[in-house]
Amino acid sequence: MPEDIRVAIRSNLDIVTARHEGRGLSIRIGFSATDATLIATAISELARNIVSYAREGEILLRVLNPGDLRGIMIVSRDSGPGIASIDDAMRDGFSTSGGLGLGLPGVRRLMDEFLIKSEPGEGTTVCVTKWLR
Amino acid sequence: MQVPILKQGRYLIATIQAALSDEDLLQLRSTLLDRVVHFRSRGVVVDVTALDVMDSFATRTLRDITYMIRLRGADTVIVGIQPEVAFAMVQLGLTLEGVATALDLEEGLAHLEQRARLNP
Repeated sequence: MPEDIRVAIRSNLDIVTARHEGRGLSIRIGFSATDATLIATAISELARNIVSYAREGEILLRVLNPGDLRGIMIVSRDSGPGIASIDDAMRDGFSTSGGLGLGLPGVRRLMDEFLIKSEPGEGTTVCVTKWLR
Repeated sequence: MQVPILKQGRYLIATIQAALSDEDLLQLRSTLLDRVVHFRSRGVVVDVTALDVMDSFATRTLRDITYMIRLRGADTVIVGIQPEVAFAMVQLGLTLEGVATALDLEEGLAHLEQRARLNP
């Protein structure tokens, strides 16, 4: 099983690196070009949230292989200001940075599983998974 | 990564050749707007065939480019959005409202010609 890939996110150039790594890994483990694009787009949104809200953080890419299943897990982690209301952040159109406000609900639609953990002042961790079918 | 901008008569053609960072996209926005003013262009084609991801930032910037150029009285057409990119954009909830799109460069230029005939 391939090793985890960690991409430090500090600038908008790292966003490009993270989604490039994510696409590459997705293709290597058998995802179609379409799914690899969905995964790369989700990574792009998560990495951008780090740059916009927390300034720095990390994207971790991991291949999952429980039983006959195979998938990719992406964990976006930062120690930024955190999210005051996850309910608000998960609503389409909500934004506190003048963006489109589509980041998180959109990412949830692109992936199969979505988990978020955030406390004001404690940073934010988002964990998303897509399974190969 | 600089995006080459070609002048062809009254039109400008910007061909994106590799993945762009946010900074590259903002650079493209200001350079294109400068060129439209400088050459008094009537239309712009932005070829995104080489883009393998169009996330919220890229989509918003392309839409801004179109709106800004429209305020100069010129038209913009985005061409070459890859099918899987289009699929991801829709899933993400991104739209290019009020922005003309076409299959490829040839159709993009044909669209601009048609617009020019309607508004000589």
